[in-house]
Amino acid sequence: MSLTEAQAEAEHLPEQPPGVPGKGPWRLAWERLRRDRAAMISLAVIAVIVLLALLAPVFAAITGHGPQDQFPSEGVTPEGLPVGPSATFWLGADGLGRDLLVRMLYGARISLFVGIVSTLLATVFGVIIGMVAGFYGGWVDTLLARVLDVVLSFPYLLVAIVLAAVYGAGLPLLIFVIAFFSFAAMARIVRGQTIAYREREFIEAARSLGAGKVRTMFVDVLPNLIAPVTVLASLLIPTSIVFEATLSYLGLGVDPRTPSWGAILYEATDYYRVAPGLLLFPALMLLITTLAFNLLGDGVRDALDPRADRR
Amino acid sequence: MTLLEVQDLRVTFRTPDGDVQAVRGVTFAVERGRTLGIVGESGSGKSVSTQTLMGLTRGAVVSGSARFEGKDLLALPPDQLRRLRGAEISMIFQDPLTSLHPLYTIGWQIMEMIRIHEPSTSKEQARKRAVEQLALVGIPQPDQRVNDYPHQFSGGMRQRAMIAMALALNPKLIIADEPTTALDATVQAQILDLMARLQKEFDTALIMITHDLGVIADMADDVLVMYAGKPVEHARRRELYYAPHHPYTVGLLESVPSATGDKTRLRPVPGQPPSLLSPPAGCSFHPRCRYVMPQCRVDEPPLPAGQHGSACWLPSDLVGIGPEVAARRQEASRAQRD
Amino acid sequence: MLSVTDVRKYFPIKEGLFIKKEVGRVHAVDGVSLEVRAGETLGIVGESGCGKSTLARCITGLHHVTAGRIEFDGKDIATLDPKAFRRDVQMIFQDPYGSLNPRRRVGSIIADPLKIHRIEGDTRKRVQELMALVGLNPEHYNRFPAEFSGGQRQRIGIARALALNPRLVVCDEPVSALDVSIQAQVINLLTDLQDQLGLTYVFIAHDLSVVRYVSDRVAVMYLGQVVELAVGEDLYKTPRHPYTNALLSAASVADPDLSAKRERIVLMGDVPSPINPPTGCRFHPRCPKARERCVAEMPLLIDSGNGHLTACHFPVQPGEHLTSEHPQIQQQSTEPQL
Repeated sequence: MSLTEAQAEAEHLPEQPPGVPGKGPWRLAWERLRRDRAAMISLAVIAVIVLLALLAPVFAAITGHGPQDQFPSEGVTPEGLPVGPSATFWLGADGLGRDLLVRMLYGARISLFVGIVSTLLATVFGVIIGMVAGFYGGWVDTLLARVLDVVLSFPYLLVAIVLAAVYGAGLPLLIFVIAFFSFAAMARIVRGQTIAYREREFIEAARSLGAGKVRTMFVDVLPNLIAPVTVLASLLIPTSIVFEATLSYLGLGVDPRTPSWGAILYEATDYYRVAPGLLLFPALMLLITTLAFNLLGDGVRDALDPRADRR
Repeated sequence: MTLLEVQDLRVTFRTPDGDVQAVRGVTFAVERGRTLGIVGESGSGKSVSTQTLMGLTRGAVVSGSARFEGKDLLALPPDQLRRLRGAEISMIFQDPLTSLHPLYTIGWQIMEMIRIHEPSTSKEQARKRAVEQLALVGIPQPDQRVNDYPHQFSGGMRQRAMIAMALALNPKLIIADEPTTALDATVQAQILDLMARLQKEFDTALIMITHDLGVIADMADDVLVMYAGKPVEHARRRELYYAPHHPYTVGLLESVPSATGDKTRLRPVPGQPPSLLSPPAGCSFHPRCRYVMPQCRVDEPPLPAGQHGSACWLPSDLVGIGPEVAARRQEASRAQRD
Repeated sequence: MLSVTDVRKYFPIKEGLFIKKEVGRVHAVDGVSLEVRAGETLGIVGESGCGKSTLARCITGLHHVTAGRIEFDGKDIATLDPKAFRRDVQMIFQDPYGSLNPRRRVGSIIADPLKIHRIEGDTRKRVQELMALVGLNPEHYNRFPAEFSGGQRQRIGIARALALNPRLVVCDEPVSALDVSIQAQVINLLTDLQDQLGLTYVFIAHDLSVVRYVSDRVAVMYLGQVVELAVGEDLYKTPRHPYTNALLSAASVADPDLSAKRERIVLMGDVPSPINPPTGCRFHPRCPKARERCVAEMPLLIDSGNGHLTACHFPVQPGEHLTSEHPQIQQQSTEPQL
């Protein structure tokens, strides 16, 4: 009757070499994601778009066209119409003789910035509020859940228009509005997930060890939320980008002189008969970007499939 | 007379991580009116084998044959297999809630099954038979309970309803997959009693799949022990319990605390079952075997036919549990090593 | 060491859209008194819904009791410093898959209690010691639970429970989710740890032979109450409560001859709902010995000598023959729920 006997009973297994850190759920998810062709292509596309956005000043330098620079002589035909794609204006110019390509690339900076920052904000607030509501339950939950219901039933476009009218359009307001209307969706999902996890035995185990609520929430619940949150966040980014474009199109976005996809599209409406590229290129860019984020989000969801982490 | 004869059944599932060889060559036969117990731990392939016979493992790569009254179940077109299922062969599962439809009454489900297989039955006749079936399995007030939904039944009652349904068309073979695992001891006793009684009454053959050696001890005439997708030993019931040969069977029997209150140290099987993605070479039990010999790591022992067979290289006269046999086995494996 | 006095735990059932009204109560634990002595293993058996797991959670302070007192070392646990109490009383859970956070490394899971209780020292060294103690490879501390098998995960849970050097460990069905051969490994480990570390166990299970094997004394629970409590061998050889008799006779044993010799007392019906438990003796609707008195009056847990406690008006005498027949007595308001 020795302890070593019981230990030996468990031991002699064909083991992997010791000391090797285990392939964690994240590593495994990454490996699954890498096998997903659509997701990997999307990731590459997003990387290219980000790179292009970062390199916007370089393009401006090469072409010699700043994003705000107007070229009334080269960019506009004598009849006053925008020129088409050429060696100097690679994708053509707009009605004021500004370089479309350069403006689109600068616009990508705004779109990506707004998309990512507002999603980050929405995620942080959504996770905290959803987790607190789900974990504490009771009246805290009832109150927060009702607040979320109210937020989700707001006519968001109307609110955005009113806010823009009252406070004046601008980037911070834009980000705030987008984040405000997407955090509720995040909070709702997080709340549901938290309620499901609250009943799991490992949460009970943490309680039996004497862990406090805040610790349990951050140490035990949060890591399990990362998967669904990542998926939702990667789907929120394209939504936010489209939201930004919509608001900018309506003139509620950033300063109209600053290039942004929505603003470019709005300006293009005057000329789309003579210069379809003016409408086509930014619309295509918007489509490709949102599609890539959506496909990546789908891929991430499949890779993080909870059914795969049981065994 | 042999009712079902399974020959070298193999089932493989393709997964992104590789091929899972869930069943790796299973051969057994079921006689009319007898009970075959298939015992094994999780992942031994005991459930997958019978599910495959019933065409319930979609997407799996299957080979081998399963002759049921001369017809090969594995080669049968799906519609013919469907006709057989329920009428000639029926199944009882561990969790009746997953196999009973939650939105239809118990009675409707039994009636529907009767009418699918015997279209000439009128609604009233089918209903009458459903009530009779429920009475047969000991459900009180069957003429009222026939209108209940599955969630209105308790766990034991649901399992009775499942049995009523399985017996409704008087099948020749019933496959019961862990039928009492989800039930409490006193209810398990009721259900096992019922199954044994009805089996005798209708002369049905039964395949009883379970991990519980106690259930097998009560129910089975013949026993097949499975490990890592393969049968390792088959024998008549008493022989298996009192004169087992395969070290895995011995290990299983010694792992269970004795029913007589003996408190000597348990002798568990060390280690864990192997991965079915890459089963070990030779005998698949060799990494956990106390008596492993050099040959075991290379050659796979065959499972001899006949009344008692054990897929093990140890001499066949080293049979039974207990210190003496164990010592003689130890000696035999040492002799082979030298 | 631990004494439980008339503990009750009711769970309210609430209904209503905005304002939740209590519409009923689940009487999960309904007046349990028992004590746990230092160094012993107290087994608690019963079928699902008998309240054994709820009792475990009351003892470990995971549930607040509705009424009654639980004392540890003579002090009411409701007034004890929760952190100090947790250090002394720990719990091992049933589900080796659910009780470990899948997103955290094993080393960090086992280190949890050390961090929560701010215990100084080399945490990794302590974690590795604990892993070695329970038979895990200490080098595997930075793996994730998914990489371990069920038995190994249960060892991780045991290591976590032992990290604070507790004196009392409550094991809630620690082996019932494991395969037979793995069960024996974990049982051996638990008994060895008890010897080495001088632990006291409350061991909860539905498997009668496992409880008999590990326990010094055994309590049998039915519908939230202890119906019989005695030294293990006493209880198994001369059970006095009719329910204990039925439970013991119903359990299947891995021994065909022994099983065939036994006379089964098959109980009627299922366990009644704990929302509206029967009047008088909770067992009377299913009891073969029930009489009018059992319907009206709740029996107390009385010592019949040698510390053998039974809660029954008409306990079974040695040599008495219990039938499976249920007597027709005046059923008052409580129909047996079938």
